[in-house]
Amino acid sequence: MKMTSETMGDMLVVQVDETRIDAAGAIQFKERMREVTVDAAPRVVLDLSRVNFLDSSGLGAVVAVMKLLLPARRLELAGLTPTVEKVFRLTRMDGVFTIHPAVPGALRDAV
Amino acid sequence: MPFEIHPEPDAVAPGDTGGRVVIAHLSFPATFPSVRAALGALMAGPVLATVPEDARGTAEIVLAEAMNNIVEHAYVGVSGEITLTLWQAGGEVGCRITDRGLSMPDDTLPEGSLAMADTPADLPEGGFGWFLIRSLSRDLRYARYGTLNELTFVLDAEQSGPGGPVVSVL
Repeated sequence: MKMTSETMGDMLVVQVDETRIDAAGAIQFKERMREVTVDAAPRVVLDLSRVNFLDSSGLGAVVAVMKLLLPARRLELAGLTPTVEKVFRLTRMDGVFTIHPAVPGALRDAV
Repeated sequence: MPFEIHPEPDAVAPGDTGGRVVIAHLSFPATFPSVRAALGALMAGPVLATVPEDARGTAEIVLAEAMNNIVEHAYVGVSGEITLTLWQAGGEVGCRITDRGLSMPDDTLPEGSLAMADTPADLPEGGFGWFLIRSLSRDLRYARYGTLNELTFVLDAEQSGPGGPVVSVL
């Protein structure tokens, strides 16, 4: 599971460099996230703009990472593609996570 | 093998099912990577090329959930095979997925209701699969024929299931 992470102010931005977070990759995703967030900033923003498919195992892994960061740190999401957005919306997880259209800093830089 | 009466995949054939045309029929090992590969082939291939992208995404979710469920539960701890048949009839894609693993508990499909939580720490990390399948498919049926599990459902090939506008990325 390829990911790149970068600290931007009070945020750690983690970009998933894979097209899928599915049952075949959910455990690796969780393990990699555990590694990259060990010394994480208070906000962890997960950039999912390259992920075009996420199933219930992937969703469960994202929830697990969010819980892993509790209570001191927050997991936020950015760049949901249509099918991924659908899974979050249907399961009402869109109300649980702060979801940004794009990584907040990247958006600011682009303007 | 014990005597069984069940519709073999070949029974779903062009011409004998009222306008249904089989568009895919494949068997593969019941593993997560094989499910991923089968979905990849289906989504990238010509089979669902006429289905709008939104509906194709929905189909991929439902198929992934149904087949990963077989890997995880029906064939828990053992190897086996999954057979998937898709047919198209008008604006619908019909799906039939069979395996020879364990039957559903009580031969009944899970209810698939969403578990709610009062705090984020209490959120479930699983149990979304059947909820998604039920939300995004129609005419969902499960049957056990001897040692065969059969799951059938219909997907809309023209538009997605319930949903609102997609978040646009700037």
